[in-house]
Amino acid sequence: MPHMSDIQKVIEIEVLRYNPETDKAPSSQVFEVPFTDDMSVLQGVQYIKDYLDGSLSFRWSCRMAICGSCGMMINGVPHLSCETFLRDYYPARVRVEALNHFPIERDLVINMEGFINKLESIQPYIIPKEPRTLAQGEYLQTPEQLNLYEQFSSCINCMLCYAACPQFGLNPDFIGPAATALLHRYNVDSRDGGKEERMDLVRSEEGVFHCTAVGYCSEVCPKHVDPANAVNQNKTNAAVDYFLRFVSPKGGAK
Amino acid sequence: MKPTLKRSNAPIFWALFGAGGMLSALFGPMLVFITGLAIPLGLLLPADALSYPKMLAFTQNFIGKGFVFAVIALFLWHAAHRIFHSLHDIGIHAGTGAKLACYGSAMVGTVIAAYALLSIGF
Repeated sequence: MPHMSDIQKVIEIEVLRYNPETDKAPSSQVFEVPFTDDMSVLQGVQYIKDYLDGSLSFRWSCRMAICGSCGMMINGVPHLSCETFLRDYYPARVRVEALNHFPIERDLVINMEGFINKLESIQPYIIPKEPRTLAQGEYLQTPEQLNLYEQFSSCINCMLCYAACPQFGLNPDFIGPAATALLHRYNVDSRDGGKEERMDLVRSEEGVFHCTAVGYCSEVCPKHVDPANAVNQNKTNAAVDYFLRFVSPKGGAK
Repeated sequence: MKPTLKRSNAPIFWALFGAGGMLSALFGPMLVFITGLAIPLGLLLPADALSYPKMLAFTQNFIGKGFVFAVIALFLWHAAHRIFHSLHDIGIHAGTGAKLACYGSAMVGTVIAAYALLSIGF
């Protein structure tokens, strides 16, 4: 419960409600929430759940932009609700909805199964070039080798970039920004040898060419990852392979 | 994810789009200036710079022919790709028909340009 100061400010929060078992379509409900300047939008919806309507459903965990659970559309823009503050919207009403482009499970909770499948499909782990024994010691990398992938490794799988991507909205089969950024993160890691397997996905019809270089994915990323950069670097990689695969065959071309 | 992945043919169109974009960024503004402003208004350039005999000689030259062909064909492929991918913004959900119309007109323009340039001779 926020500390009540002498002048209690109250903000209207309009929340998207949807219960697939009883509702035909999503609708919105407005709550009046007392707030203090240090309260995030997440704390606002937590207030609603604790004091106004216990049936409101949403995901959250860390409250500090690390876990990536609390992504929501806030006034139509994908944000982590834990690092978005009610004071920045007051005195106007703030509108909170489930992330765009995903099926809604209930209220602000989206079904992330499609994203999880994509994440699995990119094999987001280092596939060693050759077996390595403990006796061989740790892998060593130069700062340059680290720089190639470091920013892409900051992804927290919050899916804001998918909610931002108009092409994912048009075709949910598109592998999309975060999965491509993570795919790229492993492909350019000097310890990894799994690039060829992953490139099959990059070059496929579900791959990078759905992207029309809008760049909104990189804009909304709360961890300053640049997925648009990963996607577009891989357009070049895929195009080079497309035209040169007959010159330098290496198998696997379909 | 589908278990078997089909390689996308998009690189063909993407490469033409990219080449056209690069070319239009480099030469587009200059061509607009020469053909749309400088010659009609008599600025900077000699009045007969785009006269029929000069342009005929230009397009009969091997390099001139190549330049005109590249500018026309690649600009068209660039435009076709961009228009195709922008269709949903104006409420047209692009399918095979839209694809044929966009890339087909670029193809027709390319063929006409090639035919015209070749029929001028060398």
